[in-house]
Amino acid sequence: MQRIENLMKAKAIELLENGTVNRVLGWTAGDFYYDNTPAIFNSKEEIEKSFVYNSFCGANLSKYLVKERKNEGKILVFLKPCDTYSFNQLVKEHRVNKDNIYIVGIECQGHLSIEAIKAKGIDGVVGLEENGEEVTVKSIYGDKTVVRGEVMLEKCLSCKSKKHVAYDELIIVNEMPEADSMKRFSKVAELEAMTADERFAFWKSELSKCIRCNACRNVCPACTCTKCVFDNPESGVDAKANADKFEEKLFHIIRSFHVTGRCTDCGECSRVCPQNIPLHLINRKYIKDINEFYGEYQAGADTESKAPLTAFTTSDIEPGSNLKEGK
Amino acid sequence: MLKIELNKLNDLFAKISSSTDLILPVTVAGETNFAKYEDGAEVNLSVQTVKSAKDSFFPQAEDLMKFKTEGKKIDIIDVREKVESFVLFGVRACDYRSFEILDRVFLVDPIDTYYKAKREKGVIVTLACSRPEESCFCSAFGIDATNPLGDVTTYIADGFLYWNANTDKGNALTDAVKDLFAQADSNDEAKIDEQKKNTKEILSKLPYANVDLSGFTPDKLNELFNDAKWEELSEACLGCGSCTFVCPTCQCYDIKDFKTNDGVKRFRCWDSCMYADFTKMAHGNSRNFQLQRFRQRFMHKLVYYPSNNEGIYSCVGCGRCVKKCPISMNIAKVIKTIGGKNND
Ligand code: SF4
Ligand code: SF4
Ligand code: SF4
Ligand code: SF4
Repeated sequence: MQRIENLMKAKAIELLENGTVNRVLGWTAGDFYYDNTPAIFNSKEEIEKSFVYNSFCGANLSKYLVKERKNEGKILVFLKPCDTYSFNQLVKEHRVNKDNIYIVGIECQGHLSIEAIKAKGIDGVVGLEENGEEVTVKSIYGDKTVVRGEVMLEKCLSCKSKKHVAYDELIIVNEMPEADSMKRFSKVAELEAMTADERFAFWKSELSKCIRCNACRNVCPACTCTKCVFDNPESGVDAKANADKFEEKLFHIIRSFHVTGRCTDCGECSRVCPQNIPLHLINRKYIKDINEFYGEYQAGADTESKAPLTAFTTSDIEPGSNLKEGK
Repeated sequence: MLKIELNKLNDLFAKISSSTDLILPVTVAGETNFAKYEDGAEVNLSVQTVKSAKDSFFPQAEDLMKFKTEGKKIDIIDVREKVESFVLFGVRACDYRSFEILDRVFLVDPIDTYYKAKREKGVIVTLACSRPEESCFCSAFGIDATNPLGDVTTYIADGFLYWNANTDKGNALTDAVKDLFAQADSNDEAKIDEQKKNTKEILSKLPYANVDLSGFTPDKLNELFNDAKWEELSEACLGCGSCTFVCPTCQCYDIKDFKTNDGVKRFRCWDSCMYADFTKMAHGNSRNFQLQRFRQRFMHKLVYYPSNNEGIYSCVGCGRCVKKCPISMNIAKVIKTIGGKNND
């Protein structure tokens, strides 16, 4: 990890100094090792002071490029494999200006989740040390060692691809583990196997936790509307809170439908949810359905292809025919 | 002081909830939040709740009134139901202090009668902390996590819950449940004192325990407002409402009208200064950039509120925003960056 970080820093400084870019989008170190924050660096000094790349850089930087579009000059951005899918999708939707972006694709061995570490009963975490497959958690209540694979972010445990689908150059030192994109759908299949009542009960108990903080929406690279319907008093569905016990389902159904076919399954929505609602399962259900109804499709894999839901062909499945088959 | 074995707590909860609503930390689908006690509820007293305890007095959404229209006639209908007394159990010292902060907003002229009614009927049972998290920094605000106030104070030590009533309301509740308890003796008190001592030791060493707030004084308002550091601090902020909605002291709300079949329902719901439409008025918006919205949240807590309230900050250091911000930006980092000379 340290080696990758050093290479990234050197690359950032090189590109700043030779004038290829005028700013760098990466992560800045926090106070506990696990609390890094996305940040823009403008100089060598800033990079040397606080640039960081460790196993807590799960945040997808692609969406910040939408805001950066308004600024002058070229920006360097470090993207993990999954982040490049979001990038491509943003290019496809004309939300970012590709010509003003320099992408360095970076090695990713999977990122870790502090929530998963805490769920193991480890609290008072004030630092971590990474040692290959082992992570030593420094805690005010005594240090503990855990296996990386057990405390990874959900999105990394079910990584769809270790291939960068957009980049100007790559920084990869160690081999990255193979990804199995089908593994993502096992929990969806479990939900499909439930009865409608069981499934309703599952979603009711999960979604009822929602506090409508909008973190899922605001982090989502597919949610780039200037004014979301839920913020627009003219829309008739604007709301800041759930008026009754299960009104939040409306928000989630509308939002997930709106990103269907555009959601790359980047997993950010689930990562940021303060109530740990498994939002990825909603999106993955739609992805699985699209795959089954229209043939395999991965949003963000490229910048040109037509998406199944926005391109009509005569061989398209008849609406409702799946219901007749009782699926 | 009274005591009850931890494995008999469900009897206590059942007894309290047989006559009044009992609100306490309950785990649903893996997350713990304050909720009504029901038979079989998974009560969890060992973790900090995701949302704070303020919902009991200031719920996330609340109906205010209804308007019924018939031709040109409008009837205003009071939708307030009589508030019954209830018990709020398991409140930590930080959340308890937050009620005092909210009181200074809702109970001053013009008094918020919706809030007041609930505040008067709530019996607060606090729980002392014995295992603070790294994100806690209540001590920076002079809060003693080992000795919370409230109508009743409880401590958990060595397989028992200890119970000490502090007020008339607390005594009345104690009378109703007394037969489940045994009398604690001086050995027990020694155990609690020992625990307090150990906890205080941990509290004083927490990473954010000694953040220096001395830079936040009302006379430096302009200087702080114009600090160049807000730009880098706010740069990555998503403008979500996570920090405001998990915060025990955030108090802003929106009032909205909802059209029903025969009229209009007026309700209020939590709002967030981090949201783009927060200060939207007829003429436009006075805060057009996330930097301005972000700055507002912290200036309010650390400068504006204290200047109207004898220097009391409206942050209690509960650390919820530290834990929940999707991009790991929070009030502790803000304080460290612009708060005072002694922050490294
Ligand atoms: S819906 Fe979730 S998984 Fe899909 S693109 Fe948005 S944040 Fe990523
Ligand atoms: S992030 Fe979670 S709690 Fe917040 S609005 Fe989304 S689902 Fe609800
Ligand atoms: S600002 Fe953060 S630490 Fe302070 S009271 Fe609110 S949630 Fe707690
Ligand atoms: S500080 Fe964090 S939690 Fe608060 S609005 Fe910004 S991104 Fe959301």
